Amino acid sequence: MHDFVEITPLGGGAPRVQEINGIVLSEVTDRALASVAARLGQEDEAKALVSGFIEAPAPDAGRLSGSAKSAFWTGPDQWMVEAPIETHEDLAAELSEKAASRASVTEQTDGWCRFDLEGGDLVAVFEILCPVDLRKGQKGDATRTSIDHLGCFVLRRETDLVSVIGPRSSAGSLFHALETAVRAVR
Amino acid sequence: MTQVNRLSGGLIDRNAPLSFRFDGKTYQGHKGDTLASALLANGVRLMGRSFKYHRPRGVMTAGSEEPNALVELRSGAAQEPNTRATTAELFDGLEANSQNRWPSLAWDALAINDTFSNFLTAGFYYKTFMWPRAFWEKLYEPIIRKAAGLGSISFEPDPDQYDKGFRHCDLLIIGAGPTGLAAALTAGRAGLDVILADEDFALGGRLNAEQFDVGDQSGAHWAANTVAELASLPNVRVMARTSILGAFDHGIYGAVERVSDHLARPEAGKPRQILWRIYTKRALLCAGAMERPIGFENNDRPGIMLASAMRAYANRWAATPAQEIAVFTNNDDGHRTAADLAAKGVTVAAVIDTRENAPKTGSYEVLAGAEITGTQGRLGLRSVDVKMANGQTRRIACGALGVSGGWNPNVHLTCHQRGKPEWREDIAGFVPGAVLPQGMSVAGAAQGIFPTAACMMSGAEAATDICADLGAPTPAIDLPSTEDAPVNITPFWHVQGAKRAWLDQQNDVTAKDVKLAHQENFVSVEHLKRYTTLGMATDQGKTSNIPGLAIMAELSGKQIPQVGTTIFRPPYTPTAIGALAGRSRDEDFRPTRKTPSHVWAEEQGAQFVEVGMWLRAQYFPRPGETHWRQSVDREVLQTRNSVGICDVTTLGKIDVQGADAAAFLNKIYANGFAKLPVGKVRYGLMLREDGIAMDDGTAARFAEDHFVVTTTTANAVPVYRHMEFVRQCLFPNMDVQLISTTEAWAQFSVAGPNARKLLQKVVDAEHDISNEAFPYMACGQITVANGLRARLFRISFSGELAYEIAVPTRYGDAMIRKLVEAGKEFDAVVYGTEALGVMRIEKGHAAGNELNGTTTALNLGMGRMVSKKKDSIGSTLSERDGLNTEDALKLVGFKPVDTEHPVPAGAHLMTKGDPVNAAHDQGYITSACYSPNLGCHIGIGYLKSGDTRLGEVVRLVSPLTGLDHDVEVVSAHFVDPEGERLRA
Repeated sequence: MHDFVEITPLGGGAPRVQEINGIVLSEVTDRALASVAARLGQEDEAKALVSGFIEAPAPDAGRLSGSAKSAFWTGPDQWMVEAPIETHEDLAAELSEKAASRASVTEQTDGWCRFDLEGGDLVAVFEILCPVDLRKGQKGDATRTSIDHLGCFVLRRETDLVSVIGPRSSAGSLFHALETAVRAVR
Repeated sequence: MTQVNRLSGGLIDRNAPLSFRFDGKTYQGHKGDTLASALLANGVRLMGRSFKYHRPRGVMTAGSEEPNALVELRSGAAQEPNTRATTAELFDGLEANSQNRWPSLAWDALAINDTFSNFLTAGFYYKTFMWPRAFWEKLYEPIIRKAAGLGSISFEPDPDQYDKGFRHCDLLIIGAGPTGLAAALTAGRAGLDVILADEDFALGGRLNAEQFDVGDQSGAHWAANTVAELASLPNVRVMARTSILGAFDHGIYGAVERVSDHLARPEAGKPRQILWRIYTKRALLCAGAMERPIGFENNDRPGIMLASAMRAYANRWAATPAQEIAVFTNNDDGHRTAADLAAKGVTVAAVIDTRENAPKTGSYEVLAGAEITGTQGRLGLRSVDVKMANGQTRRIACGALGVSGGWNPNVHLTCHQRGKPEWREDIAGFVPGAVLPQGMSVAGAAQGIFPTAACMMSGAEAATDICADLGAPTPAIDLPSTEDAPVNITPFWHVQGAKRAWLDQQNDVTAKDVKLAHQENFVSVEHLKRYTTLGMATDQGKTSNIPGLAIMAELSGKQIPQVGTTIFRPPYTPTAIGALAGRSRDEDFRPTRKTPSHVWAEEQGAQFVEVGMWLRAQYFPRPGETHWRQSVDREVLQTRNSVGICDVTTLGKIDVQGADAAAFLNKIYANGFAKLPVGKVRYGLMLREDGIAMDDGTAARFAEDHFVVTTTTANAVPVYRHMEFVRQCLFPNMDVQLISTTEAWAQFSVAGPNARKLLQKVVDAEHDISNEAFPYMACGQITVANGLRARLFRISFSGELAYEIAVPTRYGDAMIRKLVEAGKEFDAVVYGTEALGVMRIEKGHAAGNELNGTTTALNLGMGRMVSKKKDSIGSTLSERDGLNTEDALKLVGFKPVDTEHPVPAGAHLMTKGDPVNAAHDQGYITSACYSPNLGCHIGIGYLKSGDTRLGEVVRLVSPLTGLDHDVEVVSAHFVDPEGERLRA
């Protein structure tokens, strides 16, 4: 095991967690990410690869599926696969081996930061953050959107649990935007 | 202070008294009051001074269309000028001041302008300040600027926060008057997802301002009960204090919700206002109508107001502008004001009706076929002169006059996408045209339907139609019976012969100004508007445009619809710039990107620089260094002498995979990539479609079907976008997949003669990185720190023996610490972007300054890199004659002949002996620095036929700064031109 110590996207030694207005806002760092994109003509095989790994159907457009291991749709025949970092630290290598020439797999774990918002009036929070309409949405929705000029994924894991996955280098700005919105809820 | 003009009844909360100040004086009002209603209740009619002539003015309306009663609200940084007293909701401690007066509202020195009104007519500025020409900037403009404007600003940053938000609905109902409420009830009960928005804080529109009943309850009660039912429905969102500002594309509406304007201060963390973007399937405009005034002599005295406003003040706010009032009307609705105020105990001196057949509506006197020919009262109305039907004149004492010239449907939002309103003779007003913004319908008074019962019916029917369109079953709604009086109007725009009949009270435009504009041939409505300023400023002519058009029609012998209206544009009402900015201000103006070594760099006291959104370490000052050059020179020398480390994560990284990855890169890059062996890196130049250089970088081949492309920091996103375009649109049949990995890997450059020795301490021993095993331009997957996966590239931007090493970003912090620790024995230095820049200029490497969107591979000295053996993007157009002239610019280096001289970037090059002018321009310096290795300033840049002029001395000039000295043309490779170091 290597001897490097990691830091979180917010630059700390441990993930940050804050509760404001009944909403728990937490930095999540225990998930590995890898992108899976089907090779030309291998769309069904790639889908099967994702599905086999997450033990659930590969998500359709705008959706998230799976539980312990999961995936969300990022584009036509493209998914982002999530798995516990503890057991799948080198997720991309693992998937790449399974994929052979069916799909292109790229390590994405550290390309992103993830913040979860749980409880409270999330509809009110998200309507001042982005055009994603949580009133109409449901569990399992996955939407690419823009939050304070940052391209983000908004994943509805549970009715009252939403993950925002955004660019890691702007984690501070994104967290500030989320925190400000949570504080602004009336 | 007693509220001398407070009446009985009304919708104010008499159990909630509020104290406020106007022009330093304390008054009392009630919850539910506006500033205007509270001032009227306190006997204050004079509220402002007009823009140009500083005429005393009072409140004219009871809504957002107010042109006169503009005040400065609050104080200090929160001071807001030009706020309408008619929409300012009263709160305890509210502080307001009148504006555009000195020294006081009652005695204003600049009222002298009024005396010179004969000169200050339309076009006065255009005609008067033409000569002498030189006077404009130094004399006229400063004086005019000083006198111009209404309110003043604090010059302090806005202390409040604003949010931007997004809402979605099936149906947006704009306006919560009788029409909007009936529509919302229909659609709400049918289960549509409805947003009902109204700019007022009390919903109900005119129902709150009238005395007639709706069913068996008062209009206000019916409105309140209906709103309560709507609020209880989970599918209906009621948004009070929300102005719909504009109808935009695809059914999107802009709205401002005034969240905290009715509070002394917003609650901590809460916004003052929210700018909403509302996405709708359908919208129903129920914006009602606005009453319009009639032009007559001196019709602008405080106390003269719209009859509907006077009625609203009495009925809703229990306030009257005076105890004795009169009404001037051309339609039946004006009589309702007289009746309502009489019922409240106010003396109605007379109703002056321009119609011969005026109805007799109450116990007060009605003067049929009469006109008002003049008014008296400097700071407030005392009396009006009436020309009777029989030609006699009568003076009637009154403290206030309600004026009704008919009603204009609020068509504004129907025209935001260039719809043209249509004229309806029976109501003498414009109604929405046939072409409406996508998904919009109109109902009620906004449609030209004025009786309340018909409005409600119209709203319910429109909602039913929309429900049917959207597939929602509509239960029948039982609408209560209510006022159903027909419209009875005889158009009457202005009293003939009046010299100063004010049309646009905000801009002091009179009927005479319109005549002058016509006389001078400014007959198009748009010209009329600009020439006279009719309909400009905060109210955008809501009360003045139609009367102005009517007069222009009369003068030009046309019908009003032939004259037409000016274009209606958003926003409907004035909008704070803060609301448009939202949270994107100050340090949050845009996101900040931080590098993986940011925490460490902060600890070192690094000086940071913004590079796009990135914050990069610019240099690392050490104790004793007092000038940035000292730090930068040290970082450069130490790197070239031993080893330097730099965070280069910001360079774009794009993962390219697929069976056709190599073929794809062959299209993207001008040079060949198909034969690049696995484990090797190649420099690549990509061209735009037009043959101009787009970006440069490297591509490393990790497998037959896997490359990692690097881009410049600035072009990381544009290059990725370009590649996606090429993949999806130009070569969809290629098997290639792309994804950005810029942020996923923390990448560090390790450069200098001791780079390998340093890295050998960091890279795990099983990976041989000797020159033989890992030569220049090699790449590979390795491990560091006992097993952490990493990537190593032997590439050099500095010209030194150099590597770039990448680890997963969460270990970037550990990596920089490890490199610094391992480098101690070599006296390793960490360098910032300045030193990076110096070394690349010393080496003659192109960067953004050279790839400036005008230069080609040929200019860069890389003409031969554009492969002719294959087709790549831009290669054909790079062969254009104009890009391949004999004397084409070539990238070369420059050294000052006198080594003390600077070489500023941007300076131009001239052949010695030639005149210094554009025609003789030979080129320009693109990048320059002080080279601590050469001990002088150096530059690189483009010179005509530069590659054949090495050794020539040319003039470096900057006529703007007076720079003019000699520089020698040299190779751009100042350091190690043979490239021995980087292969060492």
